[in-house]
Amino acid sequence: MQHKTRIALTAIGILGLSLTAQAQDGERYIVLASTTSTDNSGLFDAILPTFTEATGIEVRVVAVGTGQAFEIARRGDADSLLVHDTAGEERFVEEGYGTERADVMYNDFVIIGPDGDPAGISEAETVAEAMRLIAEAEAAFASRGDDSGTHRAEQRLWEAAGVEPGGAWYRELGSGMGPTLNTAAGMNAYVMSDRATWVAFENPRELTLLFEGDEALFNQYGSLLIDPERHPHLKHDLAEQWHGWLLSAEGQQAIAGFTVNGQALFFPNAHSD
Amino acid sequence: MPADANAFQTALALILGMDPVLLGIVALSVQVSLSAVLIAALLALPLGAALALWRFPGRGAIVVALNALMGLPPVVAGLTVYLLLSRAGPLGQFGLLFTPTAMVVAQVILILPIIAALTRQQIEELHQEYREQLTSLGLSRLRMIPTLLWDARLGLITVVLAGFGRASAEVGAVMIVGGNIDGVTRVMTTAIVLETSKGNLPLALGLGLVLLGLVLLVNAAAYLVGETARRRLG
Repeated sequence: MQHKTRIALTAIGILGLSLTAQAQDGERYIVLASTTSTDNSGLFDAILPTFTEATGIEVRVVAVGTGQAFEIARRGDADSLLVHDTAGEERFVEEGYGTERADVMYNDFVIIGPDGDPAGISEAETVAEAMRLIAEAEAAFASRGDDSGTHRAEQRLWEAAGVEPGGAWYRELGSGMGPTLNTAAGMNAYVMSDRATWVAFENPRELTLLFEGDEALFNQYGSLLIDPERHPHLKHDLAEQWHGWLLSAEGQQAIAGFTVNGQALFFPNAHSD
Repeated sequence: MPADANAFQTALALILGMDPVLLGIVALSVQVSLSAVLIAALLALPLGAALALWRFPGRGAIVVALNALMGLPPVVAGLTVYLLLSRAGPLGQFGLLFTPTAMVVAQVILILPIIAALTRQQIEELHQEYREQLTSLGLSRLRMIPTLLWDARLGLITVVLAGFGRASAEVGAVMIVGGNIDGVTRVMTTAIVLETSKGNLPLALGLGLVLLGLVLLVNAAAYLVGETARRRLG
């Protein structure tokens, strides 16, 4: 009996030790709260090794919706932010949580829908018209409904189209971009996606890209630094190196060099001033 | 291409390929869930036995609460641990959020009620059976706990396995407190969620089959241990 207890305690000790060892061996790391769109597309897999090689800093990405990313950073659980909701980012700085925000890159949103395009949006001149056509046809539309950057952008588009979405055709899923695309593919619905997630998405079924190119679909990503006074425990110097690298020529080149099926998905646009 | 047809091939390729990334994910899954089961069992087995042997006011409420907590939604456990371990939370100074340790804590909370509640029930039955013998031996209730636990060990293996099953299968809690960080806190279930969200259904299902195989191995090992013990008892 006692012998067994000793074995069990030793086993726990070993497991505990290995867990702490794991936590310690990456002393030079930062936690980056970012969006599912950047992570799911494979951008981080492409650019992070370059950064880690240059600086020895490991970047641990927690990919969530932009709303949740802000919340994680507000609570002091992330060293840096890379998100896509410029208005929200500026508010984050104004409220004193962030010290700096900078443009990093952009891509665009696209409207995906069933192959047959029952609402006829591929003929639309502007995205506002396309959204109006979907609402008038009461064609099924899958909305993220999760307060993410994409969801906030979608709501702005409805507003611009003068439509208050609601009713059986408008389905708020409360999911990330990938799950929303999966569900939209399952119910053959229209859906707005960032281009990166769409191009990298592997389960489109009957869905196809129907509308793109309007300036209103522009999708800007920004990098933010967290206020050191509010959260002194964070690794501000490492986060600053990361932030600076993203905006540097090397970082911008790494972003431009990332392609899926030969298609560039993010376009660097940091201001070099 | 149908996802289900490809999943078996994908699973086979994953296992045969011995991909280091996959091996890391499998190792972390096993490490986190086994740690959680060990810790939970150490706490819950004596707790369940004590609940079976002692009668005190409020005991019924505790038993009901433990039984109810067997159905605790993982995402609620995860959110609670998240708020506790977050820098803004009461245990924030330890910086445990988004580490494997946080995932172990969340899983312990999930499986402790299962092991404790089922142990209580088994020990209570056993105690009724042997009450007279145990009393005639003059054992105090405290001394009865290890005796009864040892006597019930074959049944308790299944109880602990139920805990392990819950720990290795859940995704809601470890996703929130671990953050699904590549190479740090990504386990089998969060990897499956990630691949599903990328629309890579064959890979997601393939990973699911690998996880099932893993759980099967653990259960087979426990079965063998139980059978050997049973035969020795003769």
